[in-house]
Amino acid sequence: MLKRPAFHIDLGACIGCKTCMVACIDKNDLPRGILFRRVSEYSGGGWTRRKDGTFVQNVFAYYLSIACNHCENPICVRSCPTTAMQKDEYGIVSVDPEKCVGCRYCEWGCPYSAPQYDADSGKMTKCDLCRDYLEQGKPPACVAACPTRALQFGEYDDLVARFGKSEVVAPLPDPAITQPNLLCTPGPTAQPPKSRNGKVCNPEEI
Amino acid sequence: MNRNRNPSHTPLPAGVNRRGFLKWGSILAGTAAVAGPGVFYGLRAVTESPVVDEKVVWTTCNVNCGSRCPLRAHVRDGLVTRIETDNTGDGDFGTHEIRACLRGRSMRRWAYSPERLKYPMKRVGKRGEGRFERISWDEALDIVSSELRRIIDTYGNEAVYRHYGSGVLGGIVARREFFHRLVNLLGGSLNYYGDYSMAQITAAMEYTYGAKYDECNANPISDVANCELAVFFGNNPAATRMSGGGSMYDLLRARRKSGVRVIVIDPRFSDTAATFADEWIPIRPGTDAALVAGLAFVLITEKLVDEDFLHRYCVGYDQETMPPGIPYGHAYRDYILGTGPDRIRKTPDWAASITGIPATRIRELAREIGTAKPCYIAQGWGPQRQACGEQTARSIAMLPILTGNVGIQGGNTGDREGFFRIPFPLVPEGENPVRTSIPVFAWTRAVDDPLSMTATRDGVRNKEQLDTPVKFIWNHAGNALINQHSDCRRTAEILRDDTKCEMIVVLDNYMTSSAKFADILLPCCTCLEEEDIVFQGYAMEMGFLVCTEAAVAPFYESRTLYDIVRGMARRLGVDEEFSLGMDRRGWLEYMYAKCREVKPELPPTFAEAQKVGLFKWKRPDPPEVMYREFRENPEAHPLNTPSGRIEIFSERLWELARTWELPEDDSITALPEYHPTWEGAEQARSGPYPLQLIGHHYKQRTHSSYGNVDWLQQVAPQEAWINSLDAETRDIRHNDMVRVFNDRGETRVRAKVTERIMPGVVTLPQGAWLKPDGNGVDRNGCINVLTSLRTSPLAKGNPQHTNLVQVEKVREEAEQC
Repeated sequence: MLKRPAFHIDLGACIGCKTCMVACIDKNDLPRGILFRRVSEYSGGGWTRRKDGTFVQNVFAYYLSIACNHCENPICVRSCPTTAMQKDEYGIVSVDPEKCVGCRYCEWGCPYSAPQYDADSGKMTKCDLCRDYLEQGKPPACVAACPTRALQFGEYDDLVARFGKSEVVAPLPDPAITQPNLLCTPGPTAQPPKSRNGKVCNPEEI
Repeated sequence: MNRNRNPSHTPLPAGVNRRGFLKWGSILAGTAAVAGPGVFYGLRAVTESPVVDEKVVWTTCNVNCGSRCPLRAHVRDGLVTRIETDNTGDGDFGTHEIRACLRGRSMRRWAYSPERLKYPMKRVGKRGEGRFERISWDEALDIVSSELRRIIDTYGNEAVYRHYGSGVLGGIVARREFFHRLVNLLGGSLNYYGDYSMAQITAAMEYTYGAKYDECNANPISDVANCELAVFFGNNPAATRMSGGGSMYDLLRARRKSGVRVIVIDPRFSDTAATFADEWIPIRPGTDAALVAGLAFVLITEKLVDEDFLHRYCVGYDQETMPPGIPYGHAYRDYILGTGPDRIRKTPDWAASITGIPATRIRELAREIGTAKPCYIAQGWGPQRQACGEQTARSIAMLPILTGNVGIQGGNTGDREGFFRIPFPLVPEGENPVRTSIPVFAWTRAVDDPLSMTATRDGVRNKEQLDTPVKFIWNHAGNALINQHSDCRRTAEILRDDTKCEMIVVLDNYMTSSAKFADILLPCCTCLEEEDIVFQGYAMEMGFLVCTEAAVAPFYESRTLYDIVRGMARRLGVDEEFSLGMDRRGWLEYMYAKCREVKPELPPTFAEAQKVGLFKWKRPDPPEVMYREFRENPEAHPLNTPSGRIEIFSERLWELARTWELPEDDSITALPEYHPTWEGAEQARSGPYPLQLIGHHYKQRTHSSYGNVDWLQQVAPQEAWINSLDAETRDIRHNDMVRVFNDRGETRVRAKVTERIMPGVVTLPQGAWLKPDGNGVDRNGCINVLTSLRTSPLAKGNPQHTNLVQVEKVREEAEQC
């Protein structure tokens, strides 16, 4: 039985294609403005123009595909005043629309911006790990969609056994805040957390 | 897979066990998830799910990226509700899941988009205004047929032009061939050669290796696993062939397998460079040939060239291998070492000033390439889509030639990565009695000023001079009538004059920029609305065949291409020869039988094959080495060139250089040389437009296909990439609205201020739909308002990455925001 569901992202394989985002939009019929999964482009470095007109550079870039990490210590659950946000017996964090009053405290608390406000319904919405697919024995839509297999899903311990110890890279927040079930294998240009070498370069897309 | 929810799930054929079935070469729909409901993840099984009348059918994405991904459309109450991708495959690489990219996954949003054409229409305003009125199919087919007849009778068959269109490349029966079949029965039509993707490199590889158009001329990208160093010039499979059936996943696998060092040379830090490259070497657009010359200088002077290879397999490296009758000093070595006619030594310092790459790096790169055995060198199609792209493509091929990396495992020809193809058949289109052919990019000339087009000036083939203007254009599944062609303003002027081209028929799914220029506009079915047979495109590690079903009924009055063209054939009195008495389903069964001749293990009938859906065949091992036999025995297996060898010096080009008429700043040379071009890197430094503008393929679209899908616009908006140094001097901040302009036009688009593009270079993702405002300024980032109708010298191809522009911040709109 699923106990601690987790995502694994392989930054050396993610090409930032955003197929995961579109598969998620399609699966969940998401309206414009709501994205359960978002791919940020973290990029930096710089250029030096030499006297002879040539250039040297140390530019890097990588992508981070992030949805809800169904954290062990979910701040959204802690900050929900109506108990609408719950982490269930399988470890899936989801929102009960019957109880949600749309106060958005969960959204403000979450360092991954996972809970999203649906203005039409006045409720919060979020990734539920494609619970219906899991019930059918299918992986979440985003994972099944990934052309490079950079995004994987499974039991936390199994993923650690498969991919080794996870590392935190910029711009991910300190995992101590929520204990996310997100494992990350850095690519060759990954920057350490709190690095000032780069920045998220596509804020308008996420 | 929940079997209750998937009525298309079919049991294995009787007498075939699972393993046996897999070996047999096909994968049955829905067998990948062997676990029952819920078992896989240990959740509660859904034993009593609500009964939903949902079916899942196989379909495909048929646009021109080269992948043709299988899709599974979920259908409820006659509507497509979800699009999933291939879920078959047992994890074994080579029969793995062909996972569609974001574009295919957005197909339902595309099919149901507001731009969808609903009815046949005829133009009521001026051509290009976009004003139409609804007509009946009978009226539409009457007009199109009688106009085709009238124009053939009045002007002759060379007045009929079936324009380039690649929006439907998958689908044996949905593809363009049926119109060709009809018009061939009526006496034929003007031909074109080349395409908008790879005109210049096609010519380059033909003159160098004798390679034929669209035939494999390279080792597969998976051969990267067998090299010591991989060098890519502008190759970006992470965007161009990004699906799980394209070469990107193969590259990832190969790279992981071998840990080989990868270098990407590109003005832009592409997703391929960012993800797979150990090193990115930025280069000024159009100067790759100068870099190669600088590298060759080091290779030659430091004795890193493979002299034995050059002497045994090549023509024109040094005096010893020159063809007889050519004056002394015209060998490649002379060109590089400065003993040729220009007396310039192509030193790394010389190359540095042109390319923007430091000379020390050029020296080191040459040593890396010269000492890696083997070295896999490939180029994408971006570098060649330039004003002198033929020279660029030939020059890049010089690197594997100089180092003897052609014809060996882990090496390559210098061409774009190779592909594996099972030769499934296309609909027979018959013989075109017209032999005259024009370069595809020159079609606007054939409308506007046809009688001036000659063989030696404009590349007309099989006729000295064009003698018939193009009067009838058939534009099926194409947006190169304006959007994907160059210089939109000038092109629109040419098309607006309906005394020139007298009838433009556009067949499409959407009101594209091109559709607005139709006289008669015919709505076609999308692949969700028609059944078909689709085979692999540029598949690398496998061949496949998808027997698709129609997921939903045709929208409004949409019709299939076959039914449209057959309606014309009836009116033109050639129905029997055209149709062979078959309806569309009959043709599908006929073509399926032809496919079974290629793969006899396919199920006996098309109906049975549709129930299975997808069939895969693993590429035979080991990966094919291009020109292996030539390498082993060049006398017994000569190349298709006049000399039978690799032609570094081409006598044919020597001759063309003397006989063809070229504008002053164009050149054709017998050797692969660097020549500065119009609107090239050199002119950027002195003229009014200081920035080089290139285009790139973008995840949001395949060319212009999918360009109107809001999901894709949301996750990957249109944006002009500009380096932070160039942005700073222009007071441009990230996401500001900017105007990109030159003498040909202007577009307004958001700026992506980034370190990922070289200073002095701007790039606009190609394919955005032209949306001119009242002043003729495009508001959607369409690059082709800025590109030129000038052709490249040899292939007469489209130099759409050779442009000079200026970029300015749009102040008034920023204030409004």
